[in-house]
This record gives sequence, structure tokens and C-alpha cells, in this order.
Amino acid sequence: MEGAIGRLGRATLDFLESLGDFAHFAARAVGHAVRCPLRRRDLQRLLPHLFSIGALSVPVILITGVFVGMVLAIQAIEQFKAAGLENRMGVIVSLSVVRELGPVLAGVMILGRVGGALTAELGTMRVTEQIDALRSMGSDPIRVLVVPRFLACVLLTPVLTIYCNLVGVLGGWLISVPIFRIANWAYWHYMQVAVETWDIGSGLFKSLFFGATIGLVSCYKGFNCEQGARGVGKACTESFVAGFVVILILDFFIALLLKGLYEAIWGFKLIF
Amino acid sequence: MAARHQRCPGVTTAMSDPQPPIVELRGVSKSFGRLHVLHEIDLCLERGKTTVVIGESGTGKSVLLKHMLGLLHPDKGQVYVDGRRVDKLREKEWVPVRRRFGYLFQMGALFDSFTAGQNVAFPLQEHTNKSDAEITEIVARKLALVGLDGIQSKMPGELSGGQRKRVALARAIAMDPDIIVYDEPTTGLDPIRSDTINDLIIKLKNELAVTSVVVTHDMVSAFKVADRVLMLHQGRFIADGTADDFRRSTDPRVQAFVTGDADLQMSHLDQTEAPQGGTAS
Repeated sequence: MEGAIGRLGRATLDFLESLGDFAHFAARAVGHAVRCPLRRRDLQRLLPHLFSIGALSVPVILITGVFVGMVLAIQAIEQFKAAGLENRMGVIVSLSVVRELGPVLAGVMILGRVGGALTAELGTMRVTEQIDALRSMGSDPIRVLVVPRFLACVLLTPVLTIYCNLVGVLGGWLISVPIFRIANWAYWHYMQVAVETWDIGSGLFKSLFFGATIGLVSCYKGFNCEQGARGVGKACTESFVAGFVVILILDFFIALLLKGLYEAIWGFKLIF
Repeated sequence: MAARHQRCPGVTTAMSDPQPPIVELRGVSKSFGRLHVLHEIDLCLERGKTTVVIGESGTGKSVLLKHMLGLLHPDKGQVYVDGRRVDKLREKEWVPVRRRFGYLFQMGALFDSFTAGQNVAFPLQEHTNKSDAEITEIVARKLALVGLDGIQSKMPGELSGGQRKRVALARAIAMDPDIIVYDEPTTGLDPIRSDTINDLIIKLKNELAVTSVVVTHDMVSAFKVADRVLMLHQGRFIADGTADDFRRSTDPRVQAFVTGDADLQMSHLDQTEAPQGGTAS
């Protein structure tokens, strides 16, 4: 019994220690990013990451978005028809995509495509002493390695979320209008009436935090990976799992906060 | 006239020389979990000289070097650079101290997403306001010094082991450091390439008047480049002298290492591990 309590205590202490370590790491990265003077050389470091994190993620984001929109429409349309609400298909698809599915799925896809690569890259740099080499030259590895990757994730996750939202709505349209013969004007008209700037903004607001999570968790795991190829592999797995869990938890709390804020300002909103 | 330094018995300094040792470790101990790597190490590096630290793999040689640049911090003891205590400095305060060092890592530690030229240029871009043209010129000069001018555009993956080490050395000397730290500079190289690296270490000492500290278990290299040799064994220095002192040493641990005689080492281990009469409880 004592052994079990002891193990639980040690696990709790280890967890709190790594949480504190992560908070310190994140504070340093955000501090550098905020103070980043954007010198020519800082921009030179940022641009390749904007390309690899942003431009190269576009295809996977588009595929995810369009299929999410189509699946939503497929699942909902029969029920809506039965209730005589088929003209409102645009509302349910667009609100679901813009508020929740677009930001969360874009975040998870970027985490999978980019987060693992960032962890593996930085983990390999740690294992091969490249991070120590940076420190030995008087450079701060967080400023040189983490800040450009973190900024690229924060800046581009919302942009990729916009792409995901757009193609998600189009995916819903593809199923609803050409296949299930919903009136084209109705799909767009009711969507336009129901979706407010707040809905789009709240989704993009979340995606900023998801981007920050992807950048920080992936880089932290890479910086703290254990020796050898196995250590790098383990760090990549941990990075994805931790990032995914944090995205879901953040999504819940930000949704709760924004919903409360909306209702405090404008009151309850009926979508139909 | 020369005299023994007060705290650094291995170091001779001019009586009139008021300068402290360029790097000094006092009573440094370091453990990783339950593994005790360094036990109250004292070490002074003499200006302009090459100090070689030898010892078996896993005895803490690289750990010792990393304490000099604050890449690791001692559990106990102090580290001084030019008489200034540095082991308690914060990361930001280490920056000007580290700029005085050039560090050649065991595997080179070249940034693998940069070309050879970009690797050498990196510290200059980070810490100076030199123009691109000036940096290009310095990079060419440093690469020429290590015999590799013209390979600026090659990626580290396209270079041989010896070339990677030499590019790493060019990067280590890019900022004209006062102290160059070599971590196993000849490991993994054939004898000819090892000798090229040894010649470079001697050339840099003579031409740039740098203080060097070399960690190695390559005795040919150690004897060729050393002004002073120390042997680290189980986290403690067990021998300190010139290359000739080491060749003549009667200590079986030193002899076993210098001659590479495993039988000699095993017989010493047998003697030390055998139960001593009257001591067993």
C-alpha cells in the first residue's frame, strides 16, 4: 500500500516538474517571439518554416476539410429532410465546420504533419549535439530554433483553418445541392443568415491557441528527447499524444468561455 | 623565471605573470542520478598551451569539457574563466564567456540543414555586424586554413568524416577564439586523416596562439599535440605530466592505457578487486 502511494506521489511530482519545465520553456519561447525584432536574419530563418508548415500543409488540410463537410451533410440530410428542414443544411454544416470541426481537425492534421517532423528534427539535433553546438557558440537555441517554428505555427494555423472552413462548407454543398437536390439559394442564404462574424472569429481565435500548442509541445518534446533513434521515436509519439490532448482540452475551455461571453453580450441564439 | 602555480600544481607560470589561469576548475563534482562522473576535479589550463586529457571511454572527459562552457553545471565546486567565477552565471550571462571558446564536438555537430559555408558563417552572422561579403571572405579563409576551401556549398551529408571534422573546426575558429576545446578530434578517422587533424591543432596553436584543451583516447594524437597530459580515471585525475612522463610512468593504469594493453589493465583490476587481508568484516 505504501509502495503504491509512494509511486503515485513520485508520478505526481514528476508530472508537476515536467509541467513547470514546460511552462518555463514556453515562457522563454513566447518572450523571445514577442521581443523578436524581425531582423533580416530572423526573417530568413522564419521563411522556410512558413513554407514547410504552411504551403506544404495545404493539400492535406483541403482533403480533410472537404471530406468533413461531406460526411456532415451525409449524416444530417435524412434527418433534416424528415423534419422538413432540408433547406437549412447550409446552417448545420457551416456552423459545425466554422466553430468546431474546422479549427480542431485542421489543428490535429497540422499536429500530425508538422508536429512530428518538428519533434524529430529538433530531437535529432539534440542527439547529435547540434543544440549544444549552438549554445557553445553563445546562441540561444530557443531563439534560433524554437521561435521561428513557433511563430510559423501560430501565424499559419489560423490561415490553414480558413482553408479548412471554406472547403468544409463546399463539401457540405457538394452533397446537399448536386446530390440531394437541396435548393442552391437556400443552402447559401440560410448559411449567410446563421453564421455570424463571431462564429468565424471564435474558430480562428481557437486556432491561434492550437497553433501555439503545436509549436510549443513539438519543440519541447524535441528539446527533451532521450538519446538514440528510439528516444527520437518516443519523443515524436509523446509529442502527438500530448498535443492532441491539449488541443481537445483547450477546445473545450475556450468554447465554454466564448459561449459564456457571447450569451452575456447578445443572449441565447437560436440557429433555426 | 618560472614557478609552480599555487592552486594548479601542473601549471608553471612566470613569477612576474599576475594573470590567473585562463580556465580553472576547483573541486568540481558531477553526478547523473546515481552515476558519479566527476569527483572533486581540480584543473587549470595554461595560456597558449595544449592540455590533453586522456582516459577510457565513459570516464567523464566530455562532461569535464562541457563544464568549461557551462553546457553542464557542477553539483559541487567552481569554474573560473580568466579569474571570474562562471558556474553560477545565468544562460544569458554565459554568452560573452562562450564567445571566447571554440568547441569541436566529437561528431562535429554540424547543422545538417546548412551547407558547410553556412555552418562556418553562422557564429559570424549571429554575433557580428559584418557584411555578407566580409563573412564570405572569412569563411573562405577559415576553410582554407583547414584545407577545405571550395566546399562551401556542400551539405554535411556530402562530406567524409574527416571533412566534417575539419569544417566543424573551421566553424569553431570562425570567431578567433582564445580557447579551443577539442572533444575526441580524431575518433573515427583513419591514421592519415587523424594526423591531418593533429597537424591542424598544432598549426592553430602556433599561428593563432590559442589555448587548447583536447580530450582523446588516441595516444598517438595525445603525444603529438600535448604540452601537458592528464589522465582521468573513474572521475579523478590519476596522472599529470608531459608526454615523456607518461611514456615512463610505472603506474599500471597509465601503462595499460598508453600501451593499449588490456591484460595489464585486467591484472591491475584483479589486484585492486582481490579481498585484502584483515579488511573483510
